[in-house]
Amino acid sequence: MSRGGEGASLEAPVLVELSLRVNGSEWSQAVDTRTSLLDLLREQLGLTGAKKGCDHGQCGACTVLVDGRRANACLALAVAHQGAEIVTVEGLAEDEELHPLQQAFIEQDAFQCGYCTPGQLCSAIGMLQEIEAGHPSAVTPTAGADRIELDEAEIRERMSGNICRCGAYANIVPAILAVSQ
Amino acid sequence: MRPFQYETAASAEEAVALLSRSEEAMYLGGGTNLVDLMRLGVATPDLLVDVSRLPLDRIEETPAGGMRIGAAVRNSDLAADELVRSRYPVLAEALLNGASGQLRNLATVGGNLLQRTRCVYFQDATKPCNKREPGSGCPAREGEHRNLAVLGWSESCVATHPSDMAVALVALDAIVHVEGPSGARPVPLTEFHRLPGDEPQRDTVLERGDLVTAVEVPALSARSAYRKVRERASFAFAVVSVAAALDLENGFVREVRLALGGVAHKPWRATTAEETLRGEPASEASFARAAEAELAQAKPLRDNGYKIPLARNLIVRALSELAEGS
Repeated sequence: MSRGGEGASLEAPVLVELSLRVNGSEWSQAVDTRTSLLDLLREQLGLTGAKKGCDHGQCGACTVLVDGRRANACLALAVAHQGAEIVTVEGLAEDEELHPLQQAFIEQDAFQCGYCTPGQLCSAIGMLQEIEAGHPSAVTPTAGADRIELDEAEIRERMSGNICRCGAYANIVPAILAVSQ
Repeated sequence: MRPFQYETAASAEEAVALLSRSEEAMYLGGGTNLVDLMRLGVATPDLLVDVSRLPLDRIEETPAGGMRIGAAVRNSDLAADELVRSRYPVLAEALLNGASGQLRNLATVGGNLLQRTRCVYFQDATKPCNKREPGSGCPAREGEHRNLAVLGWSESCVATHPSDMAVALVALDAIVHVEGPSGARPVPLTEFHRLPGDEPQRDTVLERGDLVTAVEVPALSARSAYRKVRERASFAFAVVSVAAALDLENGFVREVRLALGGVAHKPWRATTAEETLRGEPASEASFARAAEAELAQAKPLRDNGYKIPLARNLIVRALSELAEGS
């Protein structure tokens, strides 16, 4: 594997060659090992959809899909995701057609300031795929894969990693519910 | 953040060898705690050895009817595993009551065991903290300690261990498999985490270079459950949690396992309560007596005495619910 910076002074930045697939396009460049996936997306790829809210994994505004699974991009070191397939909010729409969840957010007025919205969208898409795969939640921890009924309690529990400081939950929940049905 | 070298290993042995390159090297799992601590200046490794992609991502049934969980298994995959959900509900519930969906997708089993305390003084590099900087003092004893320890703390540290998963695994008598510079060895999870004593900088009995490779859980026939109290409905650390397993015979307690989270420097196995309960009638009165016997050794700080009745009530509730369902 890459071992950039060998022999360099300990305090000098260490660069490692990194390749990713981001929203369907190959991307490859040397990156500082300290770079989070979030900073890489925002500052080197210009994809500013994923937001830096807390930068500690507590707010979910940075949520993206990594190899199909939702993850906090702020706590993911870019170099630890060599070869990964990343989807950000910019990659959800197909050409001019919005993802059904994006459309539902508009129809249900599921945002106010919009800062948490990219993370909410990516998280909800990952969450719906987890349900599809039969993943349990604290609401239904031991239910069989076919027994998960997506209701408000399930959505609120499964989306608890995404904070909306405007408090738009009252419309976010129906938007997700509408798409799941 | 301090610059660091980054290496991946193909095997546990190679990871151990890579780590020995630097005194300040650390293993990287999912990074959900370590990356945060690096950003806070609490952890300052000069080399990260990434062990998250080692071939330690399997969950296997053991010949004795137990389960062996690879250290790199993601928390979400462990909670979703059919074996875990059907035979060890306490473990599935503990995992699902910890963190958030997206954090559980990153976090590994090994990293979950080795996460550090969320005590605010430990996480603030500008403050004294005996765990972060031995001998610098502990502002928590007189300061912000509402959510810190009531059991087993010392003059030097009143921190709590934050894991939910580890509380369930302690109740299940799990064994941690460790690969180290001098070979592989098993460590019972009850002896894996330490009480702070006068060395709060050491969370566990692991030595420099040791790598957790797997966690083994023996077979369990008893019913089990995890109950957690937190300050909001979801995505918060435990104020108090209880992992319990209960096996009854004609209304009497044949076997019981009990562990507490959020109350001590380590997941607290409630052996006094267990001994008090064995052979007793499975009644609310005996559950309460056992809980009180365990908590007789608790020593509240100025602002966290509320945890003692909370722990008592939660133990009674968890055991009563298990008894009712039997």
